[in-house]
Amino acid sequence: MTAPTQDLVRLGLREAGDAVGARRVSSRALVDAALARIEATDAKVGAFLAVTPERARAAADAADARAAAGARRSPIDGVPLALKDIFLTKGVPTTAGSRILEGYLPPYDATVVERLEAAGAVVVGKLNMDEFAMGSSNENSAYKPCHNPWDLSRTPGGSSGGSAAAVAARQVPGALGTDTGGSIREPAAFCGVVGVKPTYGRVSRYGVIAFASSLDQVGPLARSVGDAAVLLRTVAGHDPRDMTSSTRPVDDYLATLEGGAKGLRVGVPREWLEGGGVDPGVAGAVRSALDAYERLGARLVEISLPHSKYGIGAYYLIAPAEASSNLARYDGVRFGLRAKDARGLKEMYSESRERGFGPEPKRRIMLGTYALSAGYYDAYYLRAQKVRTLIRRDFDAAFERCDVIAGPVTPSVAFRLGERTDDPLKMYLADIFTITCNLAALPGLSVPCGLEAGSGLPVGLQLLGRPFDEATLFRAARALERELPALPAPPGV
Amino acid sequence: MSSSSLSLEEVRRIAALARLRLAPEEEERFAGQLSAILAHVEQLKELDVSGVEPMTHALAAGEVPALREDAVLPGLSPEEALAAAPAREGTAFKVPRIIE
Amino acid sequence: MAVADFQTVIGLEVHAQLLTRTKIFCGCSTAFGGEPNTHVCPVCLGLPGVLPSLNRRVVEMAVRTGLALGCAVRPKSVWARKNYFYPDLPKGYQISQYELPICEGGEVPLTLDGVERTVRLVRIHMEEDAGKNVHDVSADGSSGVDLNRAGVPLLEIVSQPDLRSADEAVEYLKSLRAIVMALGVNDGNMQEGSLRCDANVSVMRRGASEYGTRCEIKNMNSFRFLRQAIEYEVRRQVELVESGGRVEQETRLFDPDRGETRSMRSKEEAHDYRYFPEPDLPPVIVEPALVERLRAELPELPRARAARYQSALGLSAYDAGNLVADAAVAGFFDAALAAYGEGAEAAKKVANWLTGEVARLANETGEAAASWKLTPQKLAAVLRLVDAGTIGGPGAKQVVEEVFRTGAEPEAVVKAKGLAQVSDAGALEAAVDKILAANPAEVEKHRSGKKDLTGFFVGQVMKETKGKANPAVVNALLRKKLGA
Ligand SMILES: [Mg+2]
Ligand SMILES: [Zn+2]
Repeated sequence: MTAPTQDLVRLGLREAGDAVGARRVSSRALVDAALARIEATDAKVGAFLAVTPERARAAADAADARAAAGARRSPIDGVPLALKDIFLTKGVPTTAGSRILEGYLPPYDATVVERLEAAGAVVVGKLNMDEFAMGSSNENSAYKPCHNPWDLSRTPGGSSGGSAAAVAARQVPGALGTDTGGSIREPAAFCGVVGVKPTYGRVSRYGVIAFASSLDQVGPLARSVGDAAVLLRTVAGHDPRDMTSSTRPVDDYLATLEGGAKGLRVGVPREWLEGGGVDPGVAGAVRSALDAYERLGARLVEISLPHSKYGIGAYYLIAPAEASSNLARYDGVRFGLRAKDARGLKEMYSESRERGFGPEPKRRIMLGTYALSAGYYDAYYLRAQKVRTLIRRDFDAAFERCDVIAGPVTPSVAFRLGERTDDPLKMYLADIFTITCNLAALPGLSVPCGLEAGSGLPVGLQLLGRPFDEATLFRAARALERELPALPAPPGV
Repeated sequence: MSSSSLSLEEVRRIAALARLRLAPEEEERFAGQLSAILAHVEQLKELDVSGVEPMTHALAAGEVPALREDAVLPGLSPEEALAAAPAREGTAFKVPRIIE
Repeated sequence: MAVADFQTVIGLEVHAQLLTRTKIFCGCSTAFGGEPNTHVCPVCLGLPGVLPSLNRRVVEMAVRTGLALGCAVRPKSVWARKNYFYPDLPKGYQISQYELPICEGGEVPLTLDGVERTVRLVRIHMEEDAGKNVHDVSADGSSGVDLNRAGVPLLEIVSQPDLRSADEAVEYLKSLRAIVMALGVNDGNMQEGSLRCDANVSVMRRGASEYGTRCEIKNMNSFRFLRQAIEYEVRRQVELVESGGRVEQETRLFDPDRGETRSMRSKEEAHDYRYFPEPDLPPVIVEPALVERLRAELPELPRARAARYQSALGLSAYDAGNLVADAAVAGFFDAALAAYGEGAEAAKKVANWLTGEVARLANETGEAAASWKLTPQKLAAVLRLVDAGTIGGPGAKQVVEEVFRTGAEPEAVVKAKGLAQVSDAGALEAAVDKILAANPAEVEKHRSGKKDLTGFFVGQVMKETKGKANPAVVNALLRKKLGA
């Protein structure tokens, strides 16, 4: 029952689960292999903020006992996974990448954590991220930078940078992240893995540290479309503790996964490839993915999303406004950092928050507070929410004519660490293709579609679907995954 | 600078409202950065949004969420509730003197 | 100073704690009291990651209240966040309703100086209560925060500025209190803060067309304090205007120890609550079927009940008003009357006991009607003992008090305390003789025609017999001995 660590860490989520189920490999061996891989590579990658070997080994042993007793809980019982550090884990440090939560031990588990553990998945640690999920490069982590396994001098993307990097670096076969404006899809694209932002309401947000409540959504990252589908199905579904979670049943994504692309109408937004500022290498890879769809019997349909150019403007009012309110609870009263030497109550607040928050959360708190403040609400926040309606209408109209929408995830491949940190607006503008999906509450997926000529870095194809039609996204992505050559292992680790 | 540029005074007012102490150089930096972002956001004003309903909730149309029944659920013990408290007095969270 | 030259304008914002078992957004108990932070969970502590989950009963109670007050119930109302920092507000915002509250319009009836009128409402909305700051918890002067009350459901009932005097404001609050108690949505306990109010007070010169600048006074948890606070504030504002000053719009706190209002300096900075729709909670949908069900379940409201007591039972407006001020007392009255008898005379007797001796005992002990040990059946039994001549008035008072305090059976109390009335003429004759012998001067006066001394002799005999003598028998004996 032993295999070399290198082989074990290469197993995908379902392969690993099947191996445990068939008792070819023990969960303990998988977990030990993952821990060894993290130990060996994470000094370079920086994907983990916390590793929990004792807990993980105990959980693995329990999974092995279940496998031996023929009492497996799910096809992923015993499989190692890791969580973005935005998910609350009872008794395990949870920081959201912020100093203000340094050392914080939550007294409860997020719903998705409960669901993963109920399925027998083994959590091996917590993953690096931009502070409070605010960022697109993981450079806003208060603890350490995270590096792209394809090129360690580059960013893995963000804010779920640690999640994408850990999966790409074969530290774990799957991870959970969150996506508010592209925070799963962008790092997935940069790191050459599959990442899914489900429909708003598909996955419970209970126990997920809030950034922008009307946009945040939990989703999986994995090395194959099917693995991502399995992971999503494990955590999705209504949760009475989250009133914004949908009561619709969760589709059986695997049942339709291999359905192919024949007859699929793939919408291509006119605005996204022409004049969208997309780098030629990225545009080329996306173009070849579209060609592949045609080969597979899909039909390309040109569509128009005229309001998508307003997405960034609307997003950078709505998200900071909600964030400014969501981050008010970090006040040093009940948990988290408190400026001990503060003289009065007001000083306790403003000094604790000054020390606890990094520049990006501060910037967004300022922006959001301004957008909500007296005299500006109608001109900024309310107008942005109306623009959101217009963006959603564009999509509703487009989905009359197509089944999925395809385009780039990002205008460029992974950029170099430090390259954009001085100019927040420039950083924000790179979210142009991912943001409208959140504003419109749609499901979106990023699937690798090749390497950029020259840099050799991965490019992601973004697929967007109708609300709650994740099944079609998985099927379409799987068709492409089968058609295109598999990516090589990332050369950086 | 466009009409949306933020003065230092406004930056200070917003910081006070948000309970954020800012160093003088941060005030300067934020005034510039926020002004640039607001200038970009100005483009939303091109759109005619009269008669458009705001999309304040992303929940699928037509879904009426189930409400919680009024039954007591287990909570936290005072020890669990206070475990992460920076300061406590008995089972109360302790804070600097509140003057009303 | 000439307060009479000014018109007072008052609007009240009443916060009524709803009688739910659990908090508005989590499953924690709403039980009052207890050590700090014993009724808390991640949600009401405002920990990272939590989300609110709305209590069905809160919506139902809000709709029920709105229907009773004639409000328009919104089929789709929206939650909002009210953002401000305070240690008793764990999330840094209060979840409330702002632009689209669950109820709008409606009115509260009130009677002042015998005149019935109504006061218009602006709105009723649902919101969560804050926790409690405890001052001076330690030697260094620090404060403490107790979040047991954080998240307790409240209705905020906002009136138009239709009230014109402190008296009127008090009557409004009394009427509203009676209604929410009758609806079973609030316990009316002002001392414990389950019903409390803020008052917006302004003054304007008589004949002026625009309202003056208003001040919001907080922290009034009794009728007396409300009256004191308004009267103080009106005097203060009139003095200010008369002396050429200007009233500043501000929040003021009522200090019951000094009977004064004072500026809340800590909250002086401009209020900018940055309201926006609460993204964690979908709109509240109230289906027509729910409205109809709740409308059908509405109980008889205080004003209708009082009218019925007057027309059907012949009670005075005063007695009827007293009984319906607390729905539990009115319910007690109905049950006691049913157990005792019928008609105006029986009703009057039951009402007298309830608004008199029983009310006194309730006041003294602070016991709410729902938890009295005296039951309607036991009160009816006492009345029957009086009717049967077994006990007299003074004995009955003692029985009621004992039953009220211990819950004992009335007849057992009569026995145990030896309160049975003496009706045997033979047994009373000695006492009558003794009194007449001891008061020869009064006897002489009486014989010479001063008949109103009869009461004096009866009183003396009662004293002599420790209240046990049957007054009718004593009267008859006196007539016989003193001549008619
Ligand atoms: Mg209120
Ligand atoms: Zn609670």
